[in-house]
Amino acid sequence: MRNLWLFIGKYNAFFLFLIFFTISLILLINNNSYQQASVWNSSNQIIGNAYERVNKLNSYLMLSETNDNLAAENARLKNLLKSSFYDDSLRQTTVIDSSFKQQYTYIKASVVNKSVNQKNNYLTINRGSKHGIKKGMGVTSATGVIGIIYNTSPDFSTIKSLLHSETKISASVEGNIGSLVWGNGNYDSRYVLLKDIQSHLSIRKGARVVTSEFSLFPQGTNIGYVTESDSKDVNNGLNIKVKLDTDFAKLQYVYVVINMLSKEQLNLEAQNKVE
Amino acid sequence: MGRVLIINSIRFILLIASQVFLLKNIGYYNLSIPYLYILFILLLPFGIPNVLLFLLAFLTGIIVDGFYDSMGLNAIACTVMAFVRILFISITVQRDGFDNEPEPSLEIMGFRWFVSYAVILTFFHHLILFSFETFRFSELGFTLLRVIMSTFFTVSLILIAEFSFFRKKIR
Repeated sequence: MRNLWLFIGKYNAFFLFLIFFTISLILLINNNSYQQASVWNSSNQIIGNAYERVNKLNSYLMLSETNDNLAAENARLKNLLKSSFYDDSLRQTTVIDSSFKQQYTYIKASVVNKSVNQKNNYLTINRGSKHGIKKGMGVTSATGVIGIIYNTSPDFSTIKSLLHSETKISASVEGNIGSLVWGNGNYDSRYVLLKDIQSHLSIRKGARVVTSEFSLFPQGTNIGYVTESDSKDVNNGLNIKVKLDTDFAKLQYVYVVINMLSKEQLNLEAQNKVE
Repeated sequence: MGRVLIINSIRFILLIASQVFLLKNIGYYNLSIPYLYILFILLLPFGIPNVLLFLLAFLTGIIVDGFYDSMGLNAIACTVMAFVRILFISITVQRDGFDNEPEPSLEIMGFRWFVSYAVILTFFHHLILFSFETFRFSELGFTLLRVIMSTFFTVSLILIAEFSFFRKKIR
């Protein structure tokens, strides 16, 4: 009998120990608030740690989605920014003076697109037919002539820049009227050529070049100054190189010139043709 | 068999009573606290079945816990001690050599064996008791100090009890 107990006990002692140990541990933890609190605290710590790690992993796996969300949020917020709105307000400042009749008004516009290095350069501005801009109007900036309106849409206009092989503007230097051209071997955005000045005249360097009374622009609008003049080609007159005051590469704001009398003038000239 | 039962019952009652009415009020501050009642588990006969040993140890612990208002604490310590007792006896004692259901007492097993037996079992009992009372690892040094001091106190009381009650039987 004892041997049997010995034999069983040899293998049972540990399991009996486990059973009684568990029972007493349960009793201990269930009936003592301090141990209970400790157990809950430590288990909460362990579980909290585990959750934290899993959360980190989860947030890493969701990174692309979070990125998308943030990008969408950014786009939404950028839409609310002032700079993304098209500024539709139009201020035309005109001084009313009864002794003079207003001939020119100006519309301020900002350049939204431009090119300077092409063979034919264009600019785009954020004013269009809605604001009264029509094809063929002149465009100037604070420093000088820019070009001629080429096409218009309701909100935008494109400008055939001075740096365009087909742009020809009537300019005068010291009272002599010539034609301002660009291209034909001169593709430097800083210089234009003044042609059709008679070759017997001598034009000094540094003379101001301004628009003539035959141009779209108000007479005397600034263009630049003479840097070279020579008379190699007798038939075609002087070759005058004009340095532009306007740096087209840095151009930001321009003014569209509205000639209020141009319609009257055109009508009158049209009558001549009919006859 | 009947004599063993009666002796153990009387010893049980006496030890528990002295523990909860007398020794509970004795102690060197919080450092050295005697737990003499474990002498009952120490002196249970060699031939006791493991189930009965565990059950008695558990019951003793629970009863002491009832008086100490620490439900499960002494029970867990006594359970561990019972397990250590089984291991210790199975390692050190040739059990087939005994008859007449002897018990691991001082006069039968000798002084050296009994002291090491008492010290190891008391140490494990106190270790579990104080560790589970503290229930954290941060005060490990203080807990170990308490365990060692209390083991010293308890073992001294156990030896005193053994010498005073069973002196006449020593050969």
